[in-house]
Amino acid sequence: MKSRICRLVFAISAVALVVAQPLQAATTITAKGSDTLVILAQKWAEVYMRTHPGVKIQVTGGGSGVGFAALQNRQTDLANASRPIKAREIEACIKAFGKRPTEYKVAIDGLSVYVNADNPVTEVTVEQLEQVFTGKIKNWKELGGQDMPITVYSRENSSGTYEFFKEHVLKGKDFVASAQTMPGTAAVLQAVAKDKRGIGYGGAAYGAGAKHLLVKADANSPAIEPTEENVVGQKYPIWRYLYIYVNPALDKGEIAAYLRWIRSDEGQAVVKEVGYFPLPTHLREK
Amino acid sequence: MQKVSVARKRTIGWMGVHRGHRARPLEWLAEKLIFLVSLSAIVVILLIFLFVAREAMPIFLGQMNSALVLPTIPVEEIDKVGPEELRRYLGLTKKQFAEMDRDTLKTLMEVRIEAQVEIPPQFREDKDARINTTEWRYLLKPHQWTGYDRPVYIWQPIGWIKKYNIIPLLIGSVKPTLVGLLFATPLAIGAAIYVSQLAGDRTRELVKPAIELLSGIPSVVIGFFALLVMASVLQSLFRYEVRLNAFVAGIALGIAVIPIVFSISEDALTSVPRSYTQAALALGASRWQTAYQIVLPAALPGVFAAVVLGFGRAIGETMIVLMICSASVVSWNIFESARGITTTIAAEMAEAVTGGHHYRILFMLGALLFAVTFLSNLAGDIIIHRLKAKLEGKK
Repeated sequence: MKSRICRLVFAISAVALVVAQPLQAATTITAKGSDTLVILAQKWAEVYMRTHPGVKIQVTGGGSGVGFAALQNRQTDLANASRPIKAREIEACIKAFGKRPTEYKVAIDGLSVYVNADNPVTEVTVEQLEQVFTGKIKNWKELGGQDMPITVYSRENSSGTYEFFKEHVLKGKDFVASAQTMPGTAAVLQAVAKDKRGIGYGGAAYGAGAKHLLVKADANSPAIEPTEENVVGQKYPIWRYLYIYVNPALDKGEIAAYLRWIRSDEGQAVVKEVGYFPLPTHLREK
Repeated sequence: MQKVSVARKRTIGWMGVHRGHRARPLEWLAEKLIFLVSLSAIVVILLIFLFVAREAMPIFLGQMNSALVLPTIPVEEIDKVGPEELRRYLGLTKKQFAEMDRDTLKTLMEVRIEAQVEIPPQFREDKDARINTTEWRYLLKPHQWTGYDRPVYIWQPIGWIKKYNIIPLLIGSVKPTLVGLLFATPLAIGAAIYVSQLAGDRTRELVKPAIELLSGIPSVVIGFFALLVMASVLQSLFRYEVRLNAFVAGIALGIAVIPIVFSISEDALTSVPRSYTQAALALGASRWQTAYQIVLPAALPGVFAAVVLGFGRAIGETMIVLMICSASVVSWNIFESARGITTTIAAEMAEAVTGGHHYRILFMLGALLFAVTFLSNLAGDIIIHRLKAKLEGKK
């Protein structure tokens, strides 16, 4: 019995040693933050680690605010964010490490507006969207659809997407109180796919049973589809940058190299693969 | 004298040494350890409560200010204001202030001004921009915000002007809980009466573990099931408009609550002395009459305790409600959505700036929830003891 335990302990420690060896040798970069960015950040990490065996990158989500909080506490090297940092958060960073965090734009995200696939409505203006999501328009009839009430699906108010939508589409007005908040873009899509009266918003994603609406900047402009060309060309009206923030004291060596790579053509090719939109060429790193 | 010796017999003497016995230090040690463990439960509860209360305290004391537009001090005037005033203006602790150099202080002041510049003009001019929305009257009473045609209760903690009215959340917590209890209590108590009094041995052996197995289902799984299956089925049955609403959440909560109410009331019913049943049957009562008129009243305190504990479980349940309904509407209509306190804390805590007003309000809500469950359990306990005393004829 005792010898068996001995052997087990020996085996475990041997495995631990073998595993720990490359860990110690490698530089570990941690990235934390936005749930919108988490899939993209993981893909970046995966591709980068394949070509740079000496670097280990760990990516976790939680929300943009969580990323900033971790950046202040120095629990993460990079903070992924789907919204620009707020003055309050800059203040907290200065209090923690004496400097403003450096901001890098890393990708573009076009927000789609989803409705049920059976809904005859195909296009909507930004102003109509504002009225729908603030509760001024309550019936699909007013958007040229069937005579049925609109069910509004929104995101949890902890998400950067929620804040962006409130700020830019709702012009800072409150969401209608009956808006149902969903824990992610996938949940919004699923709810809309099941609900003929539903309308929701989220990153560029596709799901069976739901379709995206074409959006017009105002009543006289053309209806634009959220395609890469339109979003990157800034024709589609609802888009935003995605960011990575870093403590300037850490922005050197491997971390700086990784950030440069993300903003290079190679890193931006990954963005397209995941379903977001790459940075326009003038913002990229040569 | 006799009483003392009776009490002595129960415990083992100091270090297990007892007159006329062999020394048993190990048993003594085990006893003290178990006592320490049970004591630690009390300490942990106390610590949790202290922590929640400490984080929420600035709200209770009215020390937070969530006004959008705040007075600023221009960077050039860094030397004109006294160090103490500057420290308070920047919200620094004494230690942080002492360690910070002049440039950092200046950057901090710049950021303060930037925060004010960021505000879009229409919000800076807003009549509500100077309101401290964490004051109690804005937390509890309706207020006519800009853009609304009447005073409203609103929970919109993110945005330029932060609206923290907690009434929608209180309603949102109570509504699904009541639906769940109304659904679960009759079913669970009925099942308990059946299993303990009427069912044959084989049925009991089958039904009892089956219901108790329900409590082994993680609430997130119940929530998932309710979200995808129950919501659609119930909607096609009742034909209401909003697919995900307090009713669906209530029924799903009921599923989570049934095993608790069932197993506690079943225990209570089973522990009614056999002589009661035998006497009733001997006097010619039917089995149903015995169960309903003799055993149930005798076990009522236990059954009541079961319902109270079920209430505590339902109002504290997070995952099910979070997955099914989350719109902060002010309405007692059970076919509309609801946003409970637990949902709000779970969904928003991760994003709230640590130490900010949103964070403190969420802790205040946590303290409120703690108080509600604590008081309901206390009230339940008191009633149970009174009922028990009454039933046992001690009053």
